[in-house]
Amino acid sequence: MQKLFTRGALLGLSLAIAAPAVAHAASGDKYAIVFKNTGNPYGDRQMGGFKAGIEEQGFQAILRAPDQPTAEAQIQILEQLISQKVKAICIVGNDRDALQPVLTKAKKQGIKVFSLDSGVNPASRLTHVNQADSEKIGRTLVEAAYDMAGGSGEIAILSATSQATNQNLWIEFMKKELAKPKFANLKLVKIAYGDDLRDKSVSEAEGLLQSYPNLKVIIAPTTVGIAAAGKVLTDKGLGGKVFLTGLGLPSEMATYIENGVCPYMFLWNPIDVGYLGAYVATALTSGKITGAVGQKFKAGRLGEYTITKAPDGGTEVLLGPPFKFDKSNIADWKAVY
Amino acid sequence: MERTIAIDRPWSWRSFFLQWEWLLVLIFVAVHVVNSVLSPDYLTVDTFLETPMSFLDKAFLVLPMTMVIILGNIDISVGSIVALSAVVMAVAFHAGLPMPLAMLLCLLVASACGLVNGLLMTSFKELSSVIVTLATMIIFRGIAYVILEDQASGQFPIWYSALGWESFGGVPIILIAFAACAVLFTLLLHKTSFGRRIYGMGNNLTASRYSGVRTDSIILIVSTLTGLMAGVTALFLTSRMGSTRPNVAQGYELEVIAMVVLGGVSTSGGKGRMAGPLLAVFIIGFLNYGLGLVNIPAQVLLIILGLLLVLSVLVLKVRFRERAVRGSGSLPVEKVAARGPEDAAQ
Amino acid sequence: MRGAPLSERFRELGLLAFIVLLCAAFQVRNHNFLTLGNLGDLLTNTAILSILSVGMMMVILTRGIDLSIGSTIALAGMVSSLTVSAHRGIHPLVSIAEGVLVGTLVGALNGLLIARFAVLPIIATLGLMNVVRGATYLISGGAWVSAYQMSDGFKAIATGRFLGVRHPILIALVINLAFVYFIEHTRTGRQIYAVGSNPEAADVSGIPRRRIVALVYTLMGALAGLGGVIWAAKFASAQSDTAVGFELSVIAATVLGGVSIAGGSGKPSGLVLGTILLGILNNALPLIKVSPFWQQAIQGGVILAAVLTNVLVKRNNQLFALRTRAI
Repeated sequence: MQKLFTRGALLGLSLAIAAPAVAHAASGDKYAIVFKNTGNPYGDRQMGGFKAGIEEQGFQAILRAPDQPTAEAQIQILEQLISQKVKAICIVGNDRDALQPVLTKAKKQGIKVFSLDSGVNPASRLTHVNQADSEKIGRTLVEAAYDMAGGSGEIAILSATSQATNQNLWIEFMKKELAKPKFANLKLVKIAYGDDLRDKSVSEAEGLLQSYPNLKVIIAPTTVGIAAAGKVLTDKGLGGKVFLTGLGLPSEMATYIENGVCPYMFLWNPIDVGYLGAYVATALTSGKITGAVGQKFKAGRLGEYTITKAPDGGTEVLLGPPFKFDKSNIADWKAVY
Repeated sequence: MERTIAIDRPWSWRSFFLQWEWLLVLIFVAVHVVNSVLSPDYLTVDTFLETPMSFLDKAFLVLPMTMVIILGNIDISVGSIVALSAVVMAVAFHAGLPMPLAMLLCLLVASACGLVNGLLMTSFKELSSVIVTLATMIIFRGIAYVILEDQASGQFPIWYSALGWESFGGVPIILIAFAACAVLFTLLLHKTSFGRRIYGMGNNLTASRYSGVRTDSIILIVSTLTGLMAGVTALFLTSRMGSTRPNVAQGYELEVIAMVVLGGVSTSGGKGRMAGPLLAVFIIGFLNYGLGLVNIPAQVLLIILGLLLVLSVLVLKVRFRERAVRGSGSLPVEKVAARGPEDAAQ
Repeated sequence: MRGAPLSERFRELGLLAFIVLLCAAFQVRNHNFLTLGNLGDLLTNTAILSILSVGMMMVILTRGIDLSIGSTIALAGMVSSLTVSAHRGIHPLVSIAEGVLVGTLVGALNGLLIARFAVLPIIATLGLMNVVRGATYLISGGAWVSAYQMSDGFKAIATGRFLGVRHPILIALVINLAFVYFIEHTRTGRQIYAVGSNPEAADVSGIPRRRIVALVYTLMGALAGLGGVIWAAKFASAQSDTAVGFELSVIAATVLGGVSIAGGSGKPSGLVLGTILLGILNNALPLIKVSPFWQQAIQGGVILAAVLTNVLVKRNNQLFALRTRAI
């Protein structure tokens, strides 16, 4: 009786899974994108753009993401994709180096591997799709802080996790920019890590305000961190005294841009980033490009792109300059992403 | 837990096959059936040999964790021990220590962490294993962060990646290693007096102590073994990733505990067999893999695994009660008694 | 006899002394620690932890555990946020009720599995933890609810003040006071202790053991639901991965406060101290000028030290009591 019950339950479960999967049995070349984790609207938009680009070219797109932002989980997903014999893998890495062995295995089996947004090391990839020039991001953010601080004062950075590739790259360029004579009166007092956790980012932001009462600007180049800082500054009524800028989602930051706590911030269109990735994938597979510097390819509605040298020794494709969000345009964008 | 003595139970084919482990075999087969329906080229020798490489790293932890849970304890610091020992190994290697010695150091550090757990538990018996391992979980990983901060450490010798990626005679090295450890632990648990004492302690710690069993030594040994196996996990995981960081192996403890519990080992202690968790490891591993092959989203997978865990235990309960009522007499006292410590533990 | 050591009359003295020492140390490192502003932040951030640890204490008293509360917080927060973003005019109290209802349903499910079907608490709540988290993803479709989609009334649940005290602190205070009354002065409350202390004896004495067990998990769920709404309002954001791993902090706070995992013992006063200690750690560590990479190690060290101190103080009690033949 019990065996029957178990068998019945398992059968029901397997049918529930099998039905949609079998119904979806599509044909055609498969291209995969692996994001950092699920439940992230920014990532969803990026993967959506990738899907649109792939399907526009007549192929099948696979969108995967682990439920925890760890490298171990991404390795498992990559193994599954290798078994499915996909044509190309676009990876948004949770770790710069930890994916190297599994990506090398993919490459050995003829799968084209490239990274997007959060990169992996040059040995693991053919090229990297970068949303904007990392150095330019650093420069733009420092200029913004300079502008908001009125030329001099204390500033702080609220980052995500201490190992996020893109975060560290931008911070590195910010520090380089701050070393220039123009910014001699801007003092970077602390780099805090909110781990992209809402509650920790709030604690860190409050800690910054408590420890540095003369703080003028907080730069938060992470969507969770900037929104958390925005909330803290709003709740404490510090709008106008302490300013906020960085990289944030328009939907998350709409309230804080409208109330003035964040005069302006930057980001780019993740849909376009994914879309560009889709064309990089097919260009690599068709042999049009191999990922070397100077090669050109066409990316659908975005036009023509050239591969350039990346700061980490590999190559990259840049989407374009970062986009500025402020009071004048936030209303248009907040519902988009 | 059954109050009837094993020798009194009448043996029958029916009672033999109604054991939890056979149910797990059934589920194991069902998983492969479902997977092959979903993916046409699933049933190959390669699948069965190669797939385990991706999930066997945490399987090493299942072996000592089974003993820990049979003892009636729990250990949630294993993930942190993996991280700390991996980090120490990487740093030592880059400081000049030859790789084989660095690997040995990894095992030593991990065992030492396990020993620390054991010493805390035996010196402060008022503290439950939950709170001790909760504290050490945070401390060990914290030390890993102090050592390596936000860096990754990699660039190991080429041969090191063979551990997690290569095969020997067609069989993956990690599978060979796991099989060897599994045999050792099974023998240890089921064929030695050490193992019998673990069951005894899980059933009734005080009675064991008064019967002359060296409970403190046993706890120390089991804790150290747990640490050692965490070190083994660290060796294979680092080989799989080619590098390590302080934040690796997060969440491993709950996954391992889920595998042990799915394997029919009761967390109230004193009951369960090694075969169960071993099967559970492969069930969960292949289920994950098979569903991933058809790109089931991560959140659906979460729900499925959660349901599997709860359903399997419900079935265990239902079937267990029935067997207890049938197997023993018709005395109502027997029926109440046969409900066992799990109920009493509410 | 010589005057009984203070520790006998106030068991949690060890923990209290520890907290005082810790505060002093932090104040030395950063003079802004013991300011009204910072303490206000500390208490507000600890409020959610406190509300949940009240529920967890009841669960642990009955020899149980609940690992699903993080997922419940996420689900309750997501549901109430989605409702508010679709119907802006909803009264905040309705949102709170909605969150509590969602949490109660999850808690009742736990209670059903544990009390009626005798599934072990760790398994039932582990399984539900995954299921509820998955449900949160599915309901939200992976999307977040952002600040601009929430009504001011909703956000004011966490930021508003009543008589100068921020709402979350007030709510936590009310819950704690109600809890003290419930657990120490009502029959059901005392029965909770009995069930955890000796389940078989409780059964035989006519105490409705199963109903009590179901009750504590339902209450835990309700409190988690309440915490979820406050969380969403406080951070003005609802995400599917909210509060992942939060259950460990709650368990740590509860156990730190001297509630025994073996069930049947623990005092509300200890609970408050444990929660405050954890709150202090979370608040103060960013303030002291110590490398952020030391934060975790320090936190773990403090928890271990606090727990060991508590044990040593209790041993001292027992030794003293033995010597003076008090037991």
